[in-house]
Amino acid sequence: MKTLEELRKIREKAQQDMKLRESNTRIKIVVGMGTSGIAMGARDVMKALMEEIANRNLADVLVTQTGEKGLSSMEPVVDVIEEGKPTITYGNITADKARKIVAEHIVNGKVVNDFVVTAQS
Amino acid sequence: MSLKRTDILLCCGSGCVSAGALKVKQALIDELKKQGISEEINIIETGCMGPCDYGPVMMVYPEGVFYRKVSVDDVPEMVEEHFVKGRPLKRLMMQDANEKIFDQIKDIPFYKKQVKVALENCGFINPELIEEYIAVGGYEAIGKALTEYTPEETIEIVKKSGLRGRGGGGFPTGLKWQFGRASQDPVKYIICNGDEGDPGAFMDRSLLEGDPHRVLEGMMLAAYAIGAQKGFFYIRAEYPLAIRRIKNAIQQAHEFGLLGDNIFGTNFSFDAEVRTGAGAFVCGEETALIASIQGKRGEPTSKPPYPSTSGLWEKPTVVNNVETLANLSTIFNKGPEWFAGMGSETSKGTKVFALTGDLNNTGLVEVPMGVTLRELIFEVGGGIPNGRKFKAVQLGGPSGGCLTSEHLDTAIDYESLKAAGAMVGSGGIIVMDDSKCMVNIAKFFLEFSLDESCGKCTPCRVGLKQMHEILERITSGKGKEGDIEELERLGHTIKDTALCGLGQTAPNPVLSTIRYFRNEYESHIKYKSCEATICLPLMHFLIDQDTCIGCGLCSRKCPVSCITGSQKEKYKIDQTACVKCGNCAEVCPVHAVKRIPGTGYTKSDAKNGLYE
Repeated sequence: MKTLEELRKIREKAQQDMKLRESNTRIKIVVGMGTSGIAMGARDVMKALMEEIANRNLADVLVTQTGEKGLSSMEPVVDVIEEGKPTITYGNITADKARKIVAEHIVNGKVVNDFVVTAQS
Repeated sequence: MSLKRTDILLCCGSGCVSAGALKVKQALIDELKKQGISEEINIIETGCMGPCDYGPVMMVYPEGVFYRKVSVDDVPEMVEEHFVKGRPLKRLMMQDANEKIFDQIKDIPFYKKQVKVALENCGFINPELIEEYIAVGGYEAIGKALTEYTPEETIEIVKKSGLRGRGGGGFPTGLKWQFGRASQDPVKYIICNGDEGDPGAFMDRSLLEGDPHRVLEGMMLAAYAIGAQKGFFYIRAEYPLAIRRIKNAIQQAHEFGLLGDNIFGTNFSFDAEVRTGAGAFVCGEETALIASIQGKRGEPTSKPPYPSTSGLWEKPTVVNNVETLANLSTIFNKGPEWFAGMGSETSKGTKVFALTGDLNNTGLVEVPMGVTLRELIFEVGGGIPNGRKFKAVQLGGPSGGCLTSEHLDTAIDYESLKAAGAMVGSGGIIVMDDSKCMVNIAKFFLEFSLDESCGKCTPCRVGLKQMHEILERITSGKGKEGDIEELERLGHTIKDTALCGLGQTAPNPVLSTIRYFRNEYESHIKYKSCEATICLPLMHFLIDQDTCIGCGLCSRKCPVSCITGSQKEKYKIDQTACVKCGNCAEVCPVHAVKRIPGTGYTKSDAKNGLYE
């Protein structure tokens, strides 16, 4: 270790690996993983989301899960929660649709209107 | 790169490990694999999270869910519900009296009053990864000190913070460093005192286990300030995990160039190594500790010379406690004013306490100096269990003293506790309910000091033995008039004449219990009665004739056949033959066998109305 800058660089990198333990992520993606969600393939959706985010190296996005949301006929259901913006709920999501959501909504900030169920502020 | 969606922080402090944390970890690994989600979830072993009573405990991020008392049998349900379906398992979460679940860990009363400085990262980072320590700001303080401050300025910052030695003595750390700095010698040493010996204290172990890099960084700051090139961690061999973690930390620091030559491109070069002790209490005394590192018998020497002028191998040496060192990086990162803003007039910052004894929430806590004993015992500690009453609290382990309910509003700082007859000490707090006999407690602590006395000086070696014999006499019913005065005389003499801190403080538990519970000593001696019914020769068993159903079980289980009676007449104990084994009380199906103070048969007892 020769300089403080060197230390700070190591720190920034190390913080990436610990971001789950902090609450200051930009976007939270919540997958409904109730019984019906799982039956409709929510696990594949979640896997696809995580792969896509990892491949794109998106550091400020968090994928997490929740229980049954009540929208059984539209499972799998995915929420995209962003500070200061309406929460977008997507329905009938598949792995491919999930990848599209990452590419368009998460990266480019454009809501994928075709899949939207509700938008709540 | 594989993305993880959940971090499971599993407390692997010694408390949780003995409660089965490692088995839970294995079960989690197996179950996650079975569900095919191992790839998505991190399992991280951390240091002590604090609430040891509830172990094994774990935190799950990003949700911030706190689970307690997790058993291997709970794991399949937890994995299925929480990690697959995303529904936190409510029955394993902390609940209040109305079974309401606490959303945030900071809402739990145990954590509410706590301010974590030394324990900041304990239970939050993986202690075996230097990267995690760096991620939370680690090694920034030493980097800044080396590149921006002179050693004198470094000492000045610590002085300004008001930090005092956390090992018990409470000596101002900055001043100690200044003495070390002032000693003119090209070779100097810094020692980290990790010889935590008080029964019931485990903060040093938890820090070394849970955040070893923090202690190492603190040592580097101290070394830079005094001008030492070499540091030693003196840790007792009974702490194998602490030793392993600190060795691992030293190795990683080497790999990152944080130990060795020209650290941060400056001309500061430093290295550290671990020396293990054999677990003698006296080796926590700095001169005995130094002797032990040199391979000599662990015996103290008289001061002066102080180690800061002539210590390890006759070189200037500064000995700092683990917790003292653990406070340093935060003092530098947040500023000495921030640290001095907490605490009381003379005692700044926070202190870690190990809460044990008759408490609802035992464990490791860190509170600002100056909180009252009441807050610590009844709010953080959750009060006394089983509907019993608070009787006394022993502070500072076998070197400290007992305080009573009158002192509950005493602020916890070095001066207030000393004035009341106890001490902060290393921070062990043993709470006792009203079922405890104070004479017996005093005997227990004295026995510990007697065992641990190194035998070098006469007052400690012989004096403690004398005191112990008197206590032995009193608790076995042979106490006589004048014993209390003799205990006091001996105690004060030993305090004044013993060579080191062990002997000078060993009489404290006896002196303080005499001071606050003299009536208990008196009733043991004069009335041959132990009111708490702990001292067997001074209590007896009595069968309550109204409750007895005459089943005769007690009589059959009595090893000396001293219980006679019949179903009609009920059963009675012959007190002169009873050996007080307690079998009868244990087997009685209707709890008719009572423990009664007094021997149960002498006339003087009867006269004083101390037994029925």
